Amino acid sequence: MSFQPVILWTDALVYLLVFLLAITVWHTRRHQHLLMPWRRVAQSRIGQATMVILAFYVIVGLLDTLHFNPRSGEDEQGRAVYSTEVLSALDVIAGPLRTQREKTYSAPFATHLFSKETIERASGETVRDYPRLQYGGAHLAESGEGRVADVFAKAAFGALKGALVWLLLMLLLHRLRVRRVAHLLMPGSTHPWQIGGWTALLVLAVFAALWELAGYYHVLGTDKVGEDVFYQSLKSIRTGLLIGTLTTLVMLPAAILLGIMAGYFRGWVDDVIQYLYTTLNSIPGVLLIAAAVLMMQIYMSNHADEFNSLTERADLRLLFLCLILGVTSWTSLCRLLRGETLKLRELEYVQAARAFGVGHFRILVRHILPNVMHIVLITIVLDFSGLVLAEAVLSYISIGVDPATSSWGNMINGARLELAREPVVWWSLLAAFGFMFTLVLAANLFSDVVRDAFDPRLRRQR
Amino acid sequence: MSGSQSAPEPATEAAAPLLDVVNLATHIGGEERPVRAVDGVSFQIRRGETFVLLGESGCGKSMIALSIMRLLPHAGRIVGGDVRIDGRSLRTLSEAEMRSERGGRVGMIFQEPMTSLNPVMTVGEQVAEAVRLHDPDRRNQVTERVVELFREVGIPDPERRVNEYPHQLSGGMKQRVMIAMALAGRPALLIADEPTTALDVTIQAQVLELLRRLQRETGMGILLITHDLGVVAEMADRVGVMYAGELMEINDAAEFFRAPRHPYSRKLFRALPMAEKRRHGLDVIKGIVPALDQVFDHCRFADRCERVFDACRERQPPWRENGAGGYRCHLDPETALAATAAAASSASPDVERSGELLAVTDLKVHFPIHRGVMRRVVGHVKAVDGVELTIGQGQTVALVGESGCGKTTVGKAILQLQPPTAGEVCFDGVDLARLSSSELRAKRSDFQIIFQDPASSMNPRMLVEDIVAEGMVAQGIGGNRAERRKRVEALLAKVGMQPAAADRYPHEFSGGQRQRIAIARALALHPKLIVCDEPTSALDVSVQAQVLNLLRELQNSMGISYLFITHNISVVAYLAHQVAVMYLGRIVEYGDVDAVLGRPLHPYTEALLSAVPVPDPARQPDVVRLQGDMPSPINPPSGCYFHPRCPHAMAVCRDRYPPRLAADDGRQVSCWLLSPERQLEGAQV
Amino acid sequence: MSAYIIRRLLYALPILIGVNALTFVLFFVVNSPDDMARMHLGGKRVTDQSIQAWKEEHGYDKPLLINQAEQGMAKFTGTILYEKSIRLFLFDFGQSDSGRDISHDISQRMWPSLAIALPTLLVGLAVNITFALLLAFFRATYLDLWGVVICVAMMSISGLFYIIGGQFLVGKLLNLVPISGYDTGVHAWKFLILPVIVGVIGGIGSGTRWYRTLFLEEIHRDYVRSARAKGLSEQWVLFRHVLRNALIPILTGVVVVLPLLFIGSLLTESFFGIPGLGSYTIDAINNQDFAIVRSMVFLGAVLYIIGLLLTDISYTIVDPRVRLD
Repeated sequence: MSFQPVILWTDALVYLLVFLLAITVWHTRRHQHLLMPWRRVAQSRIGQATMVILAFYVIVGLLDTLHFNPRSGEDEQGRAVYSTEVLSALDVIAGPLRTQREKTYSAPFATHLFSKETIERASGETVRDYPRLQYGGAHLAESGEGRVADVFAKAAFGALKGALVWLLLMLLLHRLRVRRVAHLLMPGSTHPWQIGGWTALLVLAVFAALWELAGYYHVLGTDKVGEDVFYQSLKSIRTGLLIGTLTTLVMLPAAILLGIMAGYFRGWVDDVIQYLYTTLNSIPGVLLIAAAVLMMQIYMSNHADEFNSLTERADLRLLFLCLILGVTSWTSLCRLLRGETLKLRELEYVQAARAFGVGHFRILVRHILPNVMHIVLITIVLDFSGLVLAEAVLSYISIGVDPATSSWGNMINGARLELAREPVVWWSLLAAFGFMFTLVLAANLFSDVVRDAFDPRLRRQR
Repeated sequence: MSGSQSAPEPATEAAAPLLDVVNLATHIGGEERPVRAVDGVSFQIRRGETFVLLGESGCGKSMIALSIMRLLPHAGRIVGGDVRIDGRSLRTLSEAEMRSERGGRVGMIFQEPMTSLNPVMTVGEQVAEAVRLHDPDRRNQVTERVVELFREVGIPDPERRVNEYPHQLSGGMKQRVMIAMALAGRPALLIADEPTTALDVTIQAQVLELLRRLQRETGMGILLITHDLGVVAEMADRVGVMYAGELMEINDAAEFFRAPRHPYSRKLFRALPMAEKRRHGLDVIKGIVPALDQVFDHCRFADRCERVFDACRERQPPWRENGAGGYRCHLDPETALAATAAAASSASPDVERSGELLAVTDLKVHFPIHRGVMRRVVGHVKAVDGVELTIGQGQTVALVGESGCGKTTVGKAILQLQPPTAGEVCFDGVDLARLSSSELRAKRSDFQIIFQDPASSMNPRMLVEDIVAEGMVAQGIGGNRAERRKRVEALLAKVGMQPAAADRYPHEFSGGQRQRIAIARALALHPKLIVCDEPTSALDVSVQAQVLNLLRELQNSMGISYLFITHNISVVAYLAHQVAVMYLGRIVEYGDVDAVLGRPLHPYTEALLSAVPVPDPARQPDVVRLQGDMPSPINPPSGCYFHPRCPHAMAVCRDRYPPRLAADDGRQVSCWLLSPERQLEGAQV
Repeated sequence: MSAYIIRRLLYALPILIGVNALTFVLFFVVNSPDDMARMHLGGKRVTDQSIQAWKEEHGYDKPLLINQAEQGMAKFTGTILYEKSIRLFLFDFGQSDSGRDISHDISQRMWPSLAIALPTLLVGLAVNITFALLLAFFRATYLDLWGVVICVAMMSISGLFYIIGGQFLVGKLLNLVPISGYDTGVHAWKFLILPVIVGVIGGIGSGTRWYRTLFLEEIHRDYVRSARAKGLSEQWVLFRHVLRNALIPILTGVVVVLPLLFIGSLLTESFFGIPGLGSYTIDAINNQDFAIVRSMVFLGAVLYIIGLLLTDISYTIVDPRVRLD
């Protein structure tokens, strides 16, 4: 084998998440009443468009989760020796994006570095000028002439490839019935996934164009150490998604269990749980996170030898950040669930179950839990965007992810001081904000659709 | 009549009715498939007249009111017809002109006085808003006018009340404030949309009387919307019967009660539970109301009509003018009036059974009130305060009382769903309150409960099969899954449902069907006693009849006992063997149903019974009007709890609670009027 | 009412004890003072003597829970638990790890924080309510639809973008006001106006959307229908009836954060160089000054609990239905 699979802690949790998701989908498909709200989501135009965009992010994030150690050679007995470097499937696909480093800053689509250097000409004389980039636009002439035309040609070619991929995908999905696909594109057609289909075409074409260009240029420029910003932005997707989902995943069991227990049993159980979350809630979130992360930093720096690699250490720090964010964010869900359970326990079907002599545990599992799950779902989706945004802020005040982890927060943090430069280095910032904005906007719009579909109270108001 | 308007010429008054609704059509929802809530309705109201729109829920009667006011919800719109007030079309008015009509010439009051007032504004201010808008003459003395209005609608101590907030008033008082608000513009027409449905009968009687008095004094026309035939009998000059968005019959009230024309109207009367129908089952209207998002090309009642014939399914019935009104049916007047054979009675005469199943002694449920720094218990809400009851095998005991009297808590305490504070609940000779939780759980199959609201009595996320089988699973009976399934199907058949219903979710059924499923669920464990907590209050009359019939059949065939908790006296008369009347946590009168309902001895029972509107204008009782509201159970009056409202209150009533006395026919009454001491006193005087 | 307040204050005590216990565990049990000292002195090649010296200098040399070397009460008072944790209850914050008097710093730095946070809150409230009323008035029209879309877009933008963008646009390109810094007295406005504007704009998206939801919830209630049935105009209904009811959740939501305004915003203050408690905290985090972080956690909890109490009291003022007892 030319590689050795590596499963980091967060990878394992992602696999668990995917597994849970698969079970949920399987379970939902078998129950009409569970499927109904999802149908409403899928019928909504915004729902379709945002689902496609989110799916794009998720695919990139998942590719970036498949980690491995590449083979670095063979030892004396001919056994494979693996490097300690941890790569992901995304790194393999991105290939040159990762390896083709420039010296320092360069603007998007630039052929020359951003700052002047002393260059030795072939003639032997030295001048101070913008040096030619090693990889960006390397196929062009030395002066970089014909760049604009080349960019457009390459972009169009890439977009075309993307459209073809899309066509293939659609044909497969429609079991090769051309009519249905044509129907999808028709303006004003009744195809249920028209908007979704168009969004997919748009996403694929834009991404393919960028990808095509990325082979020849640094489409979003390079950063201080010459790394490709487009590559960084893609790598940051996994971090953003992890923070947004794992945080909720780790806090869910506690929030659900404590919330419905407090509401159902009331009395001293309720008092204890209320005390617990009021106490945690009373510490301003940022301060609690700061304190916890500081303590973790001390622990890690004093026990540095316990970690096999930098990647592993950064990964654990990410996981810990999710945990601590979870500790600060479970209280609101817990309170919501408590309130809802207080209402549910007085409902007549719960009373009827008690009249049958049904045990507490069974009532909680059969009657309470299924009827608060929509609140849990709405909270998960609503919290997601807030957590993605929080990552950037926390990383900025250096209590976020490890500086070695690529994240939008770290990108912003690294680039913001360069705003003072003349002329301004803006591409790192804008790339990070742009990627983050697209994800968060899609998530926000999607959460609106989900909430409307799942909250019967809101539906009645319409 | 409007003071600011010049009186119309007498000649035109005769010609133009006060309100003229012409072929009104109102749609709700999307253009492609709108719900035709009102589908071509015409009627007229004259000055000083009360026109009652009668109909079951969802028939479009409220939409007519909102269409007249042009206050339809966002998705609703008037698509055809016209509404004229004094000959002036309201549809063509601009929004600003319409505003001066609303609350001006047309006032409106709503069903829910609890939520219809702004909670953060004083009631006086809310009435003052209307005065300032519609009564220009009194703009300088708004406060005086508001107090005057409050006095007019019978609110005691109006000077103080104007500064109170809605939550400080009782339901009946809030409805009076709503009426005062509507009267502020001196309306020529008052629209009252189910004004008393949310109120107790004694309060309902007060409000209805107030409306009648105001009509006499001002000569306004009233459009009253209700589902209650009793209210119709008490209030109506003329009646319009609505069904599925259409008027089925318009008739003079007296004539309507003597000889209703339309088969639907006739069915409504026969579905009404009454004492006289005890020996027979109630007539039911089979099926359910058709969906209103279709265009009808035939009679919309055809599917449920017992006199249906070919024409009914082929074309729309014509409107036949007849007598003072008319009706919409293919049957001509003579045929329509011909009596139909009474439906085959499914209920057999009562079988007398003996043997005491349940004996409740001195049952108390008190809820502590905490106050102060240490949350000390400073008092108790005495929701149930010493209730005694016995239920024989195969008997039905009805527990009657107004909201807040504690009757539901009694039911829950008997089932140990609410732990009693004191007292014994002896079921089959075992005191349930003393059982350990596991012993109690094993015994739970013997007593079951049916709830009021069929919408919330079943878990929306469970299949009907699982709902019905839940008790069997919990009690570990009924064998394996396949055997349980068989039993579920048998149970569903027993309550008149298809076996296929087991594979569906509760929301796919109508209210009446859901209540049947709830009964099947209760039957699953072969209970000896079922507590029925207002099982038909959320249902329409026609559906209520189905459920009541079913309950009776089950009692006759299986010998189940019922504790029937209700506020509906006519249901009691139809179903119960014994009746207990509750007031403020205590039973004031308890005895055989014929005796108690026929010759009430306690003044409260008397007042309660006389407040119930009887669906027969010829038989209106002499009403004993109760003043004021039921006191709070936190702080009950001294002595007899009823004395502040009692027309016969004596000195002793203020001091001591009356003992339970046995009357000669075996019933128990807690009243000083019946005590030997009183007879002694009487002798001395 | 007074009984209620006393009870709430008593109830606050166990919560503060909980907060205190949590921070004590976090700061002194998870990592020992030795670890902290090593961290501060830099890396592994630190001698035990220097660690000991650092601990003595900063008062971390005592035992954690019980001091066996002392007699009487000093057994308990001569400990880290007492010196560093319990004394917080007396609002005695002690000295920071860099030797500054924390209480003095807090009393100095809370005013600049307030000078930014309070105007941001008030202006933001006014702006958001205005926009939300506008959207509610034109509900179910294109104005409403696009208003909501813009709100969602605005709340999807990172707060960092608003700050960086605002500094860049107003400070650097247009050169209207200084990018960062602070001045005392009236001249402070130059430094305050940009952070306030940025803060308000950053909050418009979520604020307007939330208030709009509150308004729409009220608009569908029965009493609004009765108000219309009286013949009141739509504007009157909106301002006199809907606004007054919707203001109850809005105001109480504001009251709970009022005390926390003293702590200020970490981001804004550090970006704009405002010498408030927010930047104080950030500096402490960056310098790993645990004494300050610990004090701020405790202070934050105290202010939050005061906020909760004020919320309950404010309910009784704005909502006639609520009585505390």
